[in-house]
Amino acid sequence: MLIDFFHHLKASRLPVSTKEFLTLLEALQKHVAGHSIDEFYYLSRACLVKDESNYDKFDRAFGEYFRGVEKLPGLAAEIPEDWLRLLAKKHLTPEEKAKLQSLGWDKLMEEFRKRLQEQKKRHAGGSKWIGTGGSSPFGAHGYHPEGIRIGPESAGNRTAVKVWENREFRNLDDKIELGTRNIKVALRRLRRFAREGASEELDLDGTISATAKNAGWLDLMMRPERHNRVKVLLFLDIGGSMDDHIRVCEELFSAARSEFKHLEYFYFHNCVYDHVWRDNRRRHSERLPLWDVLHKYGPDYKLILVGDATMSPYEILQPGGSVEYMNEEPGATWMRRLLDAYPHAAWLNPEPERLWPYRQSIGILHSLMAGRMFPLTLDGLERAMRLLSK
Amino acid sequence: MRFEGSGDYVATPDLMLAVNAAITLQRPLLVKGEPGTGKTMLAETVAAALGLPLLQWHIKSTTKAQQGLYEYDAVSRLRDSQLGDDRVQDIGNYIVRGVLWQAFAAESPTVILIDEIDKADIEFPNDLLRELDRMEFYVYETRELVKARHRPIVFITSNNEKELPDAFLRRCFFHYIKFPDKETMQSIIDVHFPGLKKALIREALEVFFQLRDIPGLKKKPSTSELLDWLKLLVAEDIPPEALQAKDNKVAIPPLHGALLKNEQDVHLFERLVFMARHNR
Repeated sequence: MLIDFFHHLKASRLPVSTKEFLTLLEALQKHVAGHSIDEFYYLSRACLVKDESNYDKFDRAFGEYFRGVEKLPGLAAEIPEDWLRLLAKKHLTPEEKAKLQSLGWDKLMEEFRKRLQEQKKRHAGGSKWIGTGGSSPFGAHGYHPEGIRIGPESAGNRTAVKVWENREFRNLDDKIELGTRNIKVALRRLRRFAREGASEELDLDGTISATAKNAGWLDLMMRPERHNRVKVLLFLDIGGSMDDHIRVCEELFSAARSEFKHLEYFYFHNCVYDHVWRDNRRRHSERLPLWDVLHKYGPDYKLILVGDATMSPYEILQPGGSVEYMNEEPGATWMRRLLDAYPHAAWLNPEPERLWPYRQSIGILHSLMAGRMFPLTLDGLERAMRLLSK
Repeated sequence: MRFEGSGDYVATPDLMLAVNAAITLQRPLLVKGEPGTGKTMLAETVAAALGLPLLQWHIKSTTKAQQGLYEYDAVSRLRDSQLGDDRVQDIGNYIVRGVLWQAFAAESPTVILIDEIDKADIEFPNDLLRELDRMEFYVYETRELVKARHRPIVFITSNNEKELPDAFLRRCFFHYIKFPDKETMQSIIDVHFPGLKKALIREALEVFFQLRDIPGLKKKPSTSELLDWLKLLVAEDIPPEALQAKDNKVAIPPLHGALLKNEQDVHLFERLVFMARHNR
């Protein structure tokens, strides 16, 4: 039952699982929902969709699948002619109405009926839950004729069609950050727990051995709580060719922000030179000399550079090569200084790995980093974190 | 047991259905939505409507899943051992029951609220999978298996600060409380302020929805803020005309501090009003 529906959702790239589908069937069996399609829509949404950013996708898929079924219930012979007439009048589009006038009633009715029969065949499997399946098409369970609809004009006040065709959740679809959970899980590899700071937690083992040493007199031992001690310096390339990768960088940044307590971040453009900045809007007024950064943060910080490393080789190798200003020393010198100061370093590159060999500047930075350049994918992130945690 | 809404909480049909599905199939219901749309209120309302006791578990960033089950109070046991107390022989005397254990052990069905689950560590939901699925857990100290006598009705709220793991989501029903439209909002206000003048409500709603439409607001005013604001308007006895902007002048709504909670938002709003007055 409803297996086609499940497959249709799956084909619409909704992340539905068998367990959720079985839950839906169980709920139907226990009559959680009544026999209206509205309620079925709400129920299946509560069972199968677990994120409001997927609501819109679900609405569309549901609409596609049930466009046929709504007009299903055994509409064959027993419909009184004037019912059909009424229905057709109510639900035909203006073009069809115009066609109706030129064709005449009888022929149109013929087509109308044929169409309904086709629909029945195609969706027969889903018929059970809607209605009676008996004599009257709109009968016992109060299924409203307005649910049967052909044109896009709906007369329904609160019909199911209206509910999902409203697509109220459309703007939620892309707004929510997707995938930060995966990034956070990858970043967790960098966790390095240590006990620092005030003693707040009871050290049970310590207390037992201290009590034993104290000949049975209670001697409480406290210890500091465990914190993630890892410290991270994040350098982000911003502007220019990085605009194509804004989304993935934002995800990485927001995941890193919440995962690391000691996170310092700086922006640079294309390559690191003598200045970096903290706020991109005030990049020209509030610049930090890189020397200050190098002196301020000790070598226990792990260095992560994020950038596409795509530029002219001169920008790395030549003094004055920067696109922004006259730099006295080449970017490569600054890169070496950075890498000398922070032995644990990795470069994350949002460009696909297969393109790297075709870009000279990537090759140069790759060798400057001594091969520690990774693609900004989950796999690359994992490899980078594993290297950094060594 | 069926939830049919209640006198002081306006539940939309889809919300009601999700709640009933969770009650009938005895599975947790995960509720998301903008802050102030009544996620926490829902659990309280359902508990009150069904006449069941409500157990609340408010999650903080330091909360561990274990704390919901039980905690072993080693310090009091050590202390008692020094004082020669007899209780010390039984480790069970030093096990403090958490919210879930209390609910599992209760004589009648209960409602559990796990509030703001997204505040906890990223692994927190994974640590509760078995407990919420099978409604049982093992106490290592006393070597006993605690099983729920009656499967409790579990409500979980989230503010979307962290994504929840798939395995956890698969075990829940899900409902997103969307922001109420004008009709629903009207009935919410009717429930909270039955005697309020119709004219004032209409003007206030107008102002409120316009305010929500301002692009770039950091925190849009929510239902609970609207209710607070109305309370203030009534307390200050502000006439409906004060909310109107008849003479082509854009009025700053009185007491707007109740609606806008962010300094930048207030600045943005005042700037917009200022601009609107000058280019009319």
